Amino acid sequence: MIEINQVSKWYGSFQVLTDNTTRINTGEVVVVCGPSGSGKSTLIKCVNGLEAFQQGTITVNGVSVGDPATNLAKLRSHVGMVFQHFELFPHMSITENLTIAQTKVLGRSQDEAVSKGLALLDRVGLRAQADKFPGQLSGGQQQRVAIARALAMDPICMLFDEPTSALDPEMINEVLDVMVELAQEGMTMMCVTHEMGFARKVAHRVVFMDHGQIVEDAAKDAFFGTPRSERAQQFLSKILNH
Amino acid sequence: MNYNWNWGVFLSETPSGGTTYLAWLFEGLQWTVMLSLSAWLIALLVGFVIGVLRTVPHRGWSTLATAYVEIFRNIPLLVQLFLWYFVMPELLPEAWGMAFKQSHPLTQQFLAAMVCLGLFTAARVAEQVRAGIESLPKGQWAAGQALGFTLPQIYRYVLVPMAARIVVPPLTSEFLNIFKNSAVATTIGLIELSRQAQQLVDYTAQPYEAFIAVTVLYLAINVVVMFLMRRLEQRTRVPGFIGGGQ
Amino acid sequence: MYEFDWSSIPGALPLLAKGLMVTFEVTLTAIVVGIVWGTLLAVARLSSNKLVSFAAASYVNLFRSVPLVMVILWFYLIVPQLLRSVFGDALGDIRLASALIAFSLFEAAYYSEIIRAGIQSVARGQIAAGLALGMTYAQTMRLVVLPQAFRNMTPLLLTQAVILFQDTSLVYVIGLSDFFGTAYKVGDRDGRLVELLLFAGAIYFIISFAASQLVKRLESRYAR
Repeated sequence: MIEINQVSKWYGSFQVLTDNTTRINTGEVVVVCGPSGSGKSTLIKCVNGLEAFQQGTITVNGVSVGDPATNLAKLRSHVGMVFQHFELFPHMSITENLTIAQTKVLGRSQDEAVSKGLALLDRVGLRAQADKFPGQLSGGQQQRVAIARALAMDPICMLFDEPTSALDPEMINEVLDVMVELAQEGMTMMCVTHEMGFARKVAHRVVFMDHGQIVEDAAKDAFFGTPRSERAQQFLSKILNH
Repeated sequence: MNYNWNWGVFLSETPSGGTTYLAWLFEGLQWTVMLSLSAWLIALLVGFVIGVLRTVPHRGWSTLATAYVEIFRNIPLLVQLFLWYFVMPELLPEAWGMAFKQSHPLTQQFLAAMVCLGLFTAARVAEQVRAGIESLPKGQWAAGQALGFTLPQIYRYVLVPMAARIVVPPLTSEFLNIFKNSAVATTIGLIELSRQAQQLVDYTAQPYEAFIAVTVLYLAINVVVMFLMRRLEQRTRVPGFIGGGQ
Repeated sequence: MYEFDWSSIPGALPLLAKGLMVTFEVTLTAIVVGIVWGTLLAVARLSSNKLVSFAAASYVNLFRSVPLVMVILWFYLIVPQLLRSVFGDALGDIRLASALIAFSLFEAAYYSEIIRAGIQSVARGQIAAGLALGMTYAQTMRLVVLPQAFRNMTPLLLTQAVILFQDTSLVYVIGLSDFFGTAYKVGDRDGRLVELLLFAGAIYFIISFAASQLVKRLESRYAR
């Protein structure tokens, strides 16, 4: 589904991504982790073209992201993305947040978009909040709405960019529960996250990045059993010990 | 100083007859309000377009918009007014220039003042709009893109509606400014409030009454505008957003 | 098509330069007096004495609600009478005197708002620290708060100065021959209003644009 092939990226002369290669097959859940500044967020934003890269190729469902001829808006409309800071549109009600892209990008009718949006809202347990505005919800609730907003576009795969990092600890689980359920239904998912419990539960593979490079790319059990690199071991011990 | 106050002067008849000085003041007030409101319409339309263009990721458009703002901000309003009133008709195609010069003087004055005030204020509105858009988190842009919105759609549905709400308070002071700046139109002879004040000074020997009356009218305009804008602010407030109610 | 004829400008340059000096004189006077008087107004407005702060607020709000054109006309009405009652009929340039006073008092209202915001941007703890060291309130203001405040607001004060420079052209309404007034008169005299107005616009633009770019530079240096 997603193929990342020898991707490198520079900000001016500063290299932020170095020669990264990995793939995410249909139905697979891949967790990307690593210390802050390791380039994992940058890499996931390259997948739907939010960040440009200078070398290598990324294809999503056979479409090349870096190709100037690619209609990025069309590609993004069926690649769901969830952001660290939710990025709901503050001036729209929850329902409008869920329907705006369905109607304006996919061309669905208002009725169809609303019934789809409300069904998904129901699924993330927030049906009662449909008429509120984002600023009136807790962080955890906002992130669940953001997931529903992405799902409303019937995505072929989902990208999660640190979806729980901006949340208070007591709200993390409500978001992870939604993600776990999604994974168990067979959604193709690429998740940048530090939640190793989530990784253990549903990930098929774990990718570890450091200094802009993929250092380790292993099946879940192999990664948590004996990470080969010292840096991954250090990272895991830091993360798991608190 | 021995000054003879005579507030009854407003009710006495003007030399041209058939009307009172009070009616003159009222006529001036009407022109001031009409001029300011029509110029404000231009300022909002042009200002939003220029402000948006300044933030667009396209070198040519943003440079053009920046040039607009710099030109209109760095030439005095009075000079701009004279350029519109005296110079523009000469530089237009001859037929247009003639048409302008042959129209009623009041039409000429009003058109020049309206275009001048509108485009001048547009540059200031544009700066507020730009600041409003730039104050939105970068993630909003990314979220719009991630949903498959095109560039115009991101502006139309995500950035501009939010920026428009953010700029309401700073635009209040621009709206007040346009009423005050409209007084500049007195220099080309438009009979707005401050022109009428001067006329009254010329025709009656009661300059203080005239000036006080006009000053009070300007203060009243201020109060009304502030009241209306506060209402607007409350109505456009985004629930849960900075300063918004639950 | 209009045929330009710029020939009347070179001969008028000395006159125009004299006008420009008047423009600068009004601008600089209003900056200096405006900042000094504006600082006093700002401090008065923040005073805990209700009467003092109310008086300052009324002054500021009054001047900020009235068009500059009206203010200039008001002072041209009041100042000559005052001067006459003080000096008799032996008067200098009444127009210039009225303009200087009008602009100084008008700008003070705008400057005081900038300065008030600047004072309020200084952390409250600084005042407490000054008082804790045994300084009086006035000393704390002068030695601790105002120096920091002025540093924060220098770019805004300068931006206001550029606006003021442009606004001085409004002395046209009392017939004072500043730069713009001179340009207009020369253009009117020679029947070359188009050229003179364009020339005046260009000169104002060059000076204002250069000054505001300088302010921007200064601002980014301060920000660092």
